[in-house]
Amino acid sequence: MCGIIGVIDRNMSLMDGSSIREALSLMDERGSGEGAGYVAYGIYPDHADCYAIHVFFDNLVEPKSSVDEILQDWGHIVHQEEIPTYEQPGLKKEHISWRYFFKPDAELMVGTSNPKDEIVKYVVMRVNSEIEGALIFSSGINLGVFKASGWPEDVANYFRIEDYKGYIWLAHNRYPTNTSGWWGGAHPFNLLDWSVVHNGEITSYGTNRRYVESHGYNCTMFTDTEVVAYLFDLLGREHGLPEDIVVEALAARFWDEIDEMPEKQEKFMRTLRLTYGPALMNGPFAIVVATNKGIVGFTDRIKLRPMVVGENGSRLYISSEEAAIRVMDPDVESIYMPRAGEPVIGRVIE
Amino acid sequence: MEPLVIDAKGMHYTPLNKKIRSAVALGVKEIVINNVRGQRFIANGLRGHDVKITINGVPGGDLCMFMSGPECVVYGNTDHASGNTMDSGTLVIHGSGGDAVAHSMRGGKVFVRDNIGYRGGIHMKQYGLKRPILAVGGTSHSFLGEYMAGGIVLVLGIGREVSVQDRGIGSGIHGGEIVIRGDVDEKLLGVGAKKVDFTEEDLERLSPVIKEFCEKFDIDPTPFLDTNYSRIVPASSRPFAGKYTWE
Amino acid sequence: MSLGSVPLKYKISIDRDQCMKCMRCVDNCSYGVYRIEDDKIIIDSRKCTACHRCISMCPRDAITLQERPVDYRSHPLWTVEAREDVINQARTGKIILAGMGNAVDYPIIFDRLVLDACQVTNPSIDPLREPMELRTYLGKKPSKIEFTRDDKGDIDLKTELTPNLKLDTPLMIGHMSYGAISLNAQLSIAKAAKKSGTFMGTGEGGMHEAIYPYQDHSIVQIASGRFGVNIDYLERGAAIEIKVGQGAKPGIGGHLPGEKVCTDVSCTRMIPLGSDAISPAPHHDIYSIEDLAQLVRSLKEATEWKKPVFVKIAAVHNVAAIAAGIARSDADAVVIDGFKGGTGAAPKVFRDSVGMPIEAAVAAVDQKLNDQGIRNEVSVIASGGIRNSGDLAKSIALGADAVYIGTASLIALGCRVCGNCYRGLCPWGIATQREDLVDRIDPEVGSEHVANLIQGWTLELSELMGAAGLNSIESLRGNRSRLRSYMLDEGLMDVLQVDSVGA
Repeated sequence: MCGIIGVIDRNMSLMDGSSIREALSLMDERGSGEGAGYVAYGIYPDHADCYAIHVFFDNLVEPKSSVDEILQDWGHIVHQEEIPTYEQPGLKKEHISWRYFFKPDAELMVGTSNPKDEIVKYVVMRVNSEIEGALIFSSGINLGVFKASGWPEDVANYFRIEDYKGYIWLAHNRYPTNTSGWWGGAHPFNLLDWSVVHNGEITSYGTNRRYVESHGYNCTMFTDTEVVAYLFDLLGREHGLPEDIVVEALAARFWDEIDEMPEKQEKFMRTLRLTYGPALMNGPFAIVVATNKGIVGFTDRIKLRPMVVGENGSRLYISSEEAAIRVMDPDVESIYMPRAGEPVIGRVIE
Repeated sequence: MEPLVIDAKGMHYTPLNKKIRSAVALGVKEIVINNVRGQRFIANGLRGHDVKITINGVPGGDLCMFMSGPECVVYGNTDHASGNTMDSGTLVIHGSGGDAVAHSMRGGKVFVRDNIGYRGGIHMKQYGLKRPILAVGGTSHSFLGEYMAGGIVLVLGIGREVSVQDRGIGSGIHGGEIVIRGDVDEKLLGVGAKKVDFTEEDLERLSPVIKEFCEKFDIDPTPFLDTNYSRIVPASSRPFAGKYTWE
Repeated sequence: MSLGSVPLKYKISIDRDQCMKCMRCVDNCSYGVYRIEDDKIIIDSRKCTACHRCISMCPRDAITLQERPVDYRSHPLWTVEAREDVINQARTGKIILAGMGNAVDYPIIFDRLVLDACQVTNPSIDPLREPMELRTYLGKKPSKIEFTRDDKGDIDLKTELTPNLKLDTPLMIGHMSYGAISLNAQLSIAKAAKKSGTFMGTGEGGMHEAIYPYQDHSIVQIASGRFGVNIDYLERGAAIEIKVGQGAKPGIGGHLPGEKVCTDVSCTRMIPLGSDAISPAPHHDIYSIEDLAQLVRSLKEATEWKKPVFVKIAAVHNVAAIAAGIARSDADAVVIDGFKGGTGAAPKVFRDSVGMPIEAAVAAVDQKLNDQGIRNEVSVIASGGIRNSGDLAKSIALGADAVYIGTASLIALGCRVCGNCYRGLCPWGIATQREDLVDRIDPEVGSEHVANLIQGWTLELSELMGAAGLNSIESLRGNRSRLRSYMLDEGLMDVLQVDSVGA
């Protein structure tokens, strides 16, 4: 199950988190009160040159000193603090939420055209697979994930997301099956600039996981969604594919459609599908992926999960249910349902 | 048509072979390739019965592999397995060959002026009119004609007292013949090979080969046209018939 | 001193009340079990191989066959077979020759693996209503795609795909040479491959003219004997396969006995009539991995880089590292042949004691290639003991792109796995060159049976995938999370990278 919603203001005007909290709460029926989360882009303008590393610590003793040490080895911690939280009766505080503003030292990483991203990716993979009691759940620049086990409104209030202002918001209301409602298992999943919310189940997870693991990613969250963030990072960032082509690879066209295409397009689609066969995602899913440049929503190839799109001026909404969009924006102008596998893209206008 | 001259200096074998192929397709009959240094697969799978290719330099392995028809003349030594699985045509080497010269050769002729390495003529085979010939002016190392299933291997041992001194001649031979100038020590023969007399009839059969070899390298054939050869043939065409019992 | 005779392997009896003396058994048995004396059918059970030809042709079901009618003193170590092999070798001093696949009662890993299906959290897919994609491309794949896009959105692709084989179903028929099997058997298989949108292997015996019409659906094999290999042969195949080894007899070559080298076989193999066709153990132009790379390139160069080249190896202990080496050459696919693979003839000790099962081999190869980040760049074909669509689906989930079947396709042509292929008397007309026996296969009918088998498995594979919520074969490939082990030990689970049932 699960419910998802995302919004972008293409002019990059900022929205606080209050309306998306309302919208997500409307979809409480889709969740089970065991996990919810939000991600917002543009919330840390004062540290816009740093990677904002959000960490769940079980305590601030051993795990934190280990993380401090790794970060200091690989760069410079500009600032760090506990993320402000506010006790909620319906939410049990399982972890201490912490944030670092971190500048990696580009000279320490070789063999890549983007050493800073590679350092942060390395730190995330290492902390999450090796440091007990620490989990990095957000690692991008000028963005932040806020998530926990609980109902959407409790999680929102716990982090007071109305205090954050972003031009992109994604939110997720969880009904867990693969893992119980642990905080790390809540969505959004994030790596570097990529954030993902996902409704459904990826039946091809085993194949996709092997593929990303083959390219240096460690799957540590015990759930299928994180693989989507890694696939976007691999295809989008490392291989440099634009978002719509990433979607064409992940929700590839059917062979019979490809066969009917004009020669040049057929050749491209065939090459794309053969190159990224192991990245093809199967099973029921609706997914919204965000980067600082925009959002992309898409469903599986046979539309086993719902997805609705709304537009109003510079704002583009993607959600599991139309009503949630209308909660956020009662004046939304056009509402439509995209075709299966068709990417819905909202880009910022720079 | 004018001969095509190719300067192969620094050229990869794929474009080189492409050039050769397209020239042959256009009807070029003579191709000269200069500055050959280690390019493998030259004339690989090439067809054309009246095409002559001259190679100046040292070609890489699998020279003339699967070649069907052309004559290829090399001024220099050749590497691993020249004439490999050659179908027909001629390869003339003004120098020495490496290991596994004429490996699995099915037809045509390979003439080597000097010496060859190990396993020369291994698994050569014949069928119908196709009868491969490997002729060597100097000597050969071990396992000459191993598993041979047909064709002729000739070793002249020019300038040597004993033509072949290495072991394992004709191991597993089950077809064809190995002819070596002078006597061959029995202990050099491999399993399944036997030495028989070289008769006048054999000489009659072999003299065209001897003459053609000598002609290629401008050698007077007269001293070689006698019966002072050893002929090594299969002890049986079914060398493994007696090895097994049914379950 | 006489060792005397060993007891009968099979005892044939005829229900004389049922028998109508139609003589079909007499006519059909090429091993000479039946003869007529004074209008009576006399049985010589000692000659019986349990090929079932007589039983299947008897219109009255009058014939019965009993295996091992005479008991030995039972003993767990000194099995009947162990004792009889000793007696055989004491008599002959020879290597015991055997047919078909590994006959030792090793555990079958396929039967200790179970597939997954969807319930609630994701829907099953009905392959009748919804698209189900089994199309498989075999060959090298790029590691990433490169292209440029202009202002109008037109894409200019920079990445050039090398030739791949396109299969409608991830199931091919493996290499069984003309010589080892009859022309009618091979022709049936070739026709079936074409009908089914897949490919068949020619084996190492060259290509008979009769197969030319199906050459676009054939993979030509080049083995250490290089039989029938010339440039025309290489160009005929849709792909070329270098056979390095065979699962049923890793590390040794093959001998087609002279009896099977009839006129047509000798012509196709390009060797003299009646001469043994000997394939040496190694390719004598391959003594190292770089030599293999050289042969791969040589074949590509000879065919102007238009054909995919596969390399087949037997599943031996270091199979994963060897496959990784092959993947680094220009080879398009690695074929892994497990030790349960069939053969026309192999020394029994090799057939039964050397190599390893395909399940572990394919998983290890897939894992090694994955660890090295090159899994998708090369195809993996599994073979050796694949009996049904379940084995097929499990092979793919363990990491194969496609499988080869051999024995199953022969069973579709009548074979009853009697294991006497090396004798050249196959009463089903499969493993023989005797004209009257070969004529027992009508290639039209035979091809229909083989095509039916492929269709049946293909339908079942679609159903299995649909039940698992997968509509594309790519999503099953290597998908260990849709497999569980049932009573496998931890070491093996680790190799297979599967969890236990319930985990």
